[in-house]
Amino acid sequence: MTTAPVAGPADSAQSSVPETASQLTTTQETLYFALRNRKLVIGSAIVIALLAFAIVGPFIARHGPLDYTGHLSWAPTTRSGHWFGTTLLGQDVFAQFATGLRLAFLVGVVGGGIAATIAMLIGFTAGYRGGALDEFLNMITNIVLVIPTFALLLVIAAYLQVRSVMVEAILIGITSWPWAARAVRAQTFSLVSRDFVDMARLSGRSQMQIIFTEIAPNMSSYLFMMFILLFGGAVLIAATLDFIGLGPSGTISLGMMMQLSVQNAALQLHLWWWFLPPGIAIATLVGSLYVMNVGLDEVFNPKLREM
Amino acid sequence: MSLVVDDLRAYYRTLAGDVRAVDGLSFTLADGEIMGLAGESGCGKSTLAKALIRLDTRMRYIGGHVVLDGVELPIWDDALMNERRFRDVSIVPQYAMSAMTPTRKIGRMIRELLESRGVDGHALEPELLRRLELVGLDPGVLSLYPIELSGGMKQRVVMVISTLLDPSLLIADEITSALDVSTQKAVAETLVEFRDRGFVKSVIVITHDLSILAQIADSILVMYAGKLVEKASTAEIVEEPLHPYSRLLISSLPEVGVRYDEHKLAGIPGRPPQLLDPPSGCRFRDRCPLATERCAKDPPFVRAGDDGRFVACWEAAC
Amino acid sequence: MRRYFLRKIVVYTVTFIVAVTVDWAIPHLMPGNPVLTLMGRIQIQDPQTAQNMYHHYMRAFNLDLPLWKQYWYFWVSLFHGDLGTSIVQFPAPVSSIIVHAVPYTLGLLIPATLLSWYAGNKVGALAARRKVLDNSALPVSYALTATPYMWLAIILVFVFAVTLGWFPVGFAYDPTAVRGFTWSFVSNLAYHWFLPFLSLFLVAFGGWAIGMRNMIIYELESDYAHYLEALGAPQKLVRKYAFRNAVLPQVTGLALALGAILAGALATEIVFSYPGLGYQIYRAITNEDYFVIQGIFLFIIIGILVANFIVDVVYLVIDPRTRVGMEGGRT
Repeated sequence: MTTAPVAGPADSAQSSVPETASQLTTTQETLYFALRNRKLVIGSAIVIALLAFAIVGPFIARHGPLDYTGHLSWAPTTRSGHWFGTTLLGQDVFAQFATGLRLAFLVGVVGGGIAATIAMLIGFTAGYRGGALDEFLNMITNIVLVIPTFALLLVIAAYLQVRSVMVEAILIGITSWPWAARAVRAQTFSLVSRDFVDMARLSGRSQMQIIFTEIAPNMSSYLFMMFILLFGGAVLIAATLDFIGLGPSGTISLGMMMQLSVQNAALQLHLWWWFLPPGIAIATLVGSLYVMNVGLDEVFNPKLREM
Repeated sequence: MSLVVDDLRAYYRTLAGDVRAVDGLSFTLADGEIMGLAGESGCGKSTLAKALIRLDTRMRYIGGHVVLDGVELPIWDDALMNERRFRDVSIVPQYAMSAMTPTRKIGRMIRELLESRGVDGHALEPELLRRLELVGLDPGVLSLYPIELSGGMKQRVVMVISTLLDPSLLIADEITSALDVSTQKAVAETLVEFRDRGFVKSVIVITHDLSILAQIADSILVMYAGKLVEKASTAEIVEEPLHPYSRLLISSLPEVGVRYDEHKLAGIPGRPPQLLDPPSGCRFRDRCPLATERCAKDPPFVRAGDDGRFVACWEAAC
Repeated sequence: MRRYFLRKIVVYTVTFIVAVTVDWAIPHLMPGNPVLTLMGRIQIQDPQTAQNMYHHYMRAFNLDLPLWKQYWYFWVSLFHGDLGTSIVQFPAPVSSIIVHAVPYTLGLLIPATLLSWYAGNKVGALAARRKVLDNSALPVSYALTATPYMWLAIILVFVFAVTLGWFPVGFAYDPTAVRGFTWSFVSNLAYHWFLPFLSLFLVAFGGWAIGMRNMIIYELESDYAHYLEALGAPQKLVRKYAFRNAVLPQVTGLALALGAILAGALATEIVFSYPGLGYQIYRAITNEDYFVIQGIFLFIIIGILVANFIVDVVYLVIDPRTRVGMEGGRT
């Protein structure tokens, strides 16, 4: 499980290639490369497919995820719509899987989104303002960075009597931002010293305006890639938390499926349809996100493009 | 003739086509000559530097010949060219500040570099120390890490390293651009001293700063949009430029000792043409005050003056 | 250099204080009273006895004192190595539970972390220069790093233990084995240790390989690499320097990844019923044994801080720039 970035640094390539009379605008050119990048296309396709499954799945499932159908340990079959089989306790694996997938996306978007927002707030401020404020924010970042996220979440979640997915996502969001904040700060630093920012300052724009209209757009590709990594990280952390027994109450998630299957000796009983799908889903989702990330890096960073 | 460049062409591959960065450049360099290579950003001077020593993956060698000391430089073949690098052709790069790996002591890096080139580092050490002293560096510098040196010191170390094997041709690529004025002077003078002591035979000094060239160069080659525009001795270029571009360049420089009351500094209006699809005929014609119809049709071939001058202009007086 | 250490120590100290405070504070912020939960489990019929027990436990766990005093005592007992008592495994002190579990966790964590870091770096560097290896090693590494730790453990158990029977399904050693420093016991330990170790190793390996490969590619595009190439240095030398420079952020990355690998180790232990901290945490959560959870959290914090510090020292040794000064020195 990685909560730190997997990809290398995205350097702002200052090419010494003479100006080209490109017939394409930058957006068109980006799109051109984007659609041609195999990793990006395949990665996004898989993520979208999983998302579609997550949205539609619970509706087409014949049973509720927590319903006890009385059909114990069935292998995948078309009977009674148990396409993914049933658990030892008689619950429909397909319904659980679809629900769990939904929750995974929810956690990823909310958790990743919150983490990204905090990272941007802190990173932009520290990078733009510098000075004492930067030192202070740096210290906070370092502290939250060193505290092992997982252990902290463990302690907090353990004491909650009722756990919800939203709370889990929020907790993950407010603890997994440090590496991203550092990255945003570093990028902001390098942009802040560029001329167009001075121009904006001279023309009297406020700091917030400058950050949002000059700096952020130049980093938009980087920010998006960062969000993808945070999304993936959130999904993994949530799955592990759920597995340890801190999953949301009143519903079922992919991590919980794995926990229950192990708890109920599904491994020894060869109930592979119970513990395989949740893991495959997570690995596929997160893996596709990572692959998308690599593809995006190639699209946005001309140096990496194959000619 | 130490260096002969004949119709050198090197383009950059891009999605939209080939950018003709160096498009048919020809000139000669004598032994011991310091030639300045001047021109605007994007005129192809850095491309020329790279073409002479190391094509990178984005550049493509199209044609032309480069002959150094009577032997052709195989600039189209990386492996063959490697033999000549450092020994016959060397470069002091633009990025001298970061040219040394940060995790090795300088002395060790030099030693490992020499060994990898099959040169006995031990035998060369006294000469290395002598040269370091020459540029005003304490030999203790060899046991320091690059981060412990100032910018000017790093520049000097790189100059020593690059010329250690006494190359026939040294390319100095914007070596003064990142320095303050007094250090610029010191570095420029060091370059001349290296030539005077025979550490290097010929030097191509690439810069957009004409004033440096006026100080140290024997001759100046002016480039524009990938082509040679004028080549003459420094005195001739500075006092009596023939090509309209050179004339405009020189006149855009402020003179020391002259008071400018009501005199506007004249720049050159307009921008260089796109090299993706360069205009026919003379590439300067859009900005040239002397342009005629002929300039649009026929590219001016280089006219040699009787004194070894080259001018690429239909309208220049011979 | 002094600044470097000073900064780190300040951060670690503040972190420690914050962590301890959070650890102490959380139970008080949560609804519910652990003593009542405990008593609910014991199910005492007589109300008078129940009252007495309640007061006894409140005193035993210091819950009858004012908040600030509890906080103070928390610190005091921490420095005495007293992390409280387990509610479920009463009267076993938390510290002894931890002490018995730690060797197993460290036994998995340390070899897996170090070996995966080493192997990942080597393979990543190789992949950066050989297209063939890159095309095969890279997708595998991405797949590995995207896999949740416990799921790979599940797969390994299912395939190699349950189905093929090559390895044991769980536990640290055979319950029937005689304990001691005998060869048979040690090999028994190793036999049970292998699959959980492998699980941790593989997932972590993926991350390092990818990171190193990207770093090497980045370093090969640096100015010093270009300069060396311009002077005709062979690729071997350039790669050697690139590797040396690329290792630096990987060392920093080690400190960052510790938390994640630790989480993975805890989850893996659960799958294998391996009696380390993860297993104890799982039991504690299932049984609402709060003091154990709190105690293990503190222990983890201390462990991570110490590990971070060690990495910082190592980094100081290998990166000359930190020794001279953060902004660069002048001579």
